[in-house]
Amino acid sequence: MSILTFTIILILGAYLAGLVGSLTGLGGGVVVIPLLTLVFHVDIRYAIGAALLASIANSSGAASAYIKEGITNIRLGMFLEIATTVGAVTGALIAVYTPTNTIAILFGAVLLFSAAMTLRKKNQEALTEGSKWSATLKLDNSYPTPNGLVKYKLKNIGGGFSIMTLAGVMSGLLGIGSGALKVLAMDTTMKIPFKVSTTTSNFMIGVTAAASAVVYLQRGYMDPGIAFPVVLGVLGGAFTGAKLLTKINPTTLRWIFCIAITFVAIEMIYNGLQHNF
Amino acid sequence: MKNNKHTASLEEKDVEKTVGMLLRAGVIIASIIVLIGGSLYLFNFGGLPRPDYHLFKGEGSSLITFDGIFMGLFSGKPTGVIQFGVLLLILTPILRILFSLVAFAVERDRLYVFITLIVLSIILASTFGGLKI
Repeated sequence: MSILTFTIILILGAYLAGLVGSLTGLGGGVVVIPLLTLVFHVDIRYAIGAALLASIANSSGAASAYIKEGITNIRLGMFLEIATTVGAVTGALIAVYTPTNTIAILFGAVLLFSAAMTLRKKNQEALTEGSKWSATLKLDNSYPTPNGLVKYKLKNIGGGFSIMTLAGVMSGLLGIGSGALKVLAMDTTMKIPFKVSTTTSNFMIGVTAAASAVVYLQRGYMDPGIAFPVVLGVLGGAFTGAKLLTKINPTTLRWIFCIAITFVAIEMIYNGLQHNF
Repeated sequence: MKNNKHTASLEEKDVEKTVGMLLRAGVIIASIIVLIGGSLYLFNFGGLPRPDYHLFKGEGSSLITFDGIFMGLFSGKPTGVIQFGVLLLILTPILRILFSLVAFAVERDRLYVFITLIVLSIILASTFGGLKI
């Protein structure tokens, strides 16, 4: 296969990855790793480098739109970024000592969990009673809804912070945004309305991914020949996905993609167990 | 008192808008540079067979250090140009933190200046802290 053919097919694949990532809310990075390893037989370390870049591009692109709407809780994001960046740097360090097959199996497991999380019942309720820490850290806020501004408060700050650290480790280790774990921390543990938790999670993914990306870049995981089609393709796909989301109801699509992603996850785990990475 | 609160929230909206613009501009500029580098790369090497990506060799020093990437950029090396775009993409969220730091300082929010400084030092430590093992 020539470089030109490889690039064109990879751009198309990355475009689809960005589209699926944006429609399911999983992010483009998660789909890029199986695409590169299972379809193109690229070493998983190059795939992780490219996926991190896809996550950053996705997060920065989408976050700018959500911030404009005033849904993102910037203080909350900044506070939790302490946890995710410490986790991400730790994860990137552990990655050197982790066999690639273990990384593939772990990736499959996280992918299964993420697919299940996208289909969960979402938390719509805004808490009126928050914890003391939430008030001290100025995390309580409000967000716009069709019925006007809704105030919300947070609880279980410590619990949420711990899950965020784990999300950071996974992000650094596997090169993904760990959006599902981030939403679990905010939505399920801290009881934040899901619109706020998904947009704030997206906002944080860029910084979390950048914290481990600087380590991976210096370690030589980022190959320009892979990075270039992946970044452009994923961005294009995410852009189309965002446009589509305003026109169609993604529930059915989400189910189809989640089933597809479950198969991909099993494939990753199987290949990891067979020591194919 | 009421008036004060009003202006504060107005400023906050401006800050948020600027953060959004910064992120978008970073991504757009980075992807244009990646596109230029990518086109040069295809133009020069498109006909060559695909490198052995199934074997991990790691990138050479011209693509993993600041000096190397800048040298590549200024000598117009296609991979250097792409890697410079990649670097900009990684720097975009880090710049966003720097901007938030200034914004919190202007708002005199000491707690969040402190929190932002922690996040920034973690990232800078991982960039320059000799984490290369």
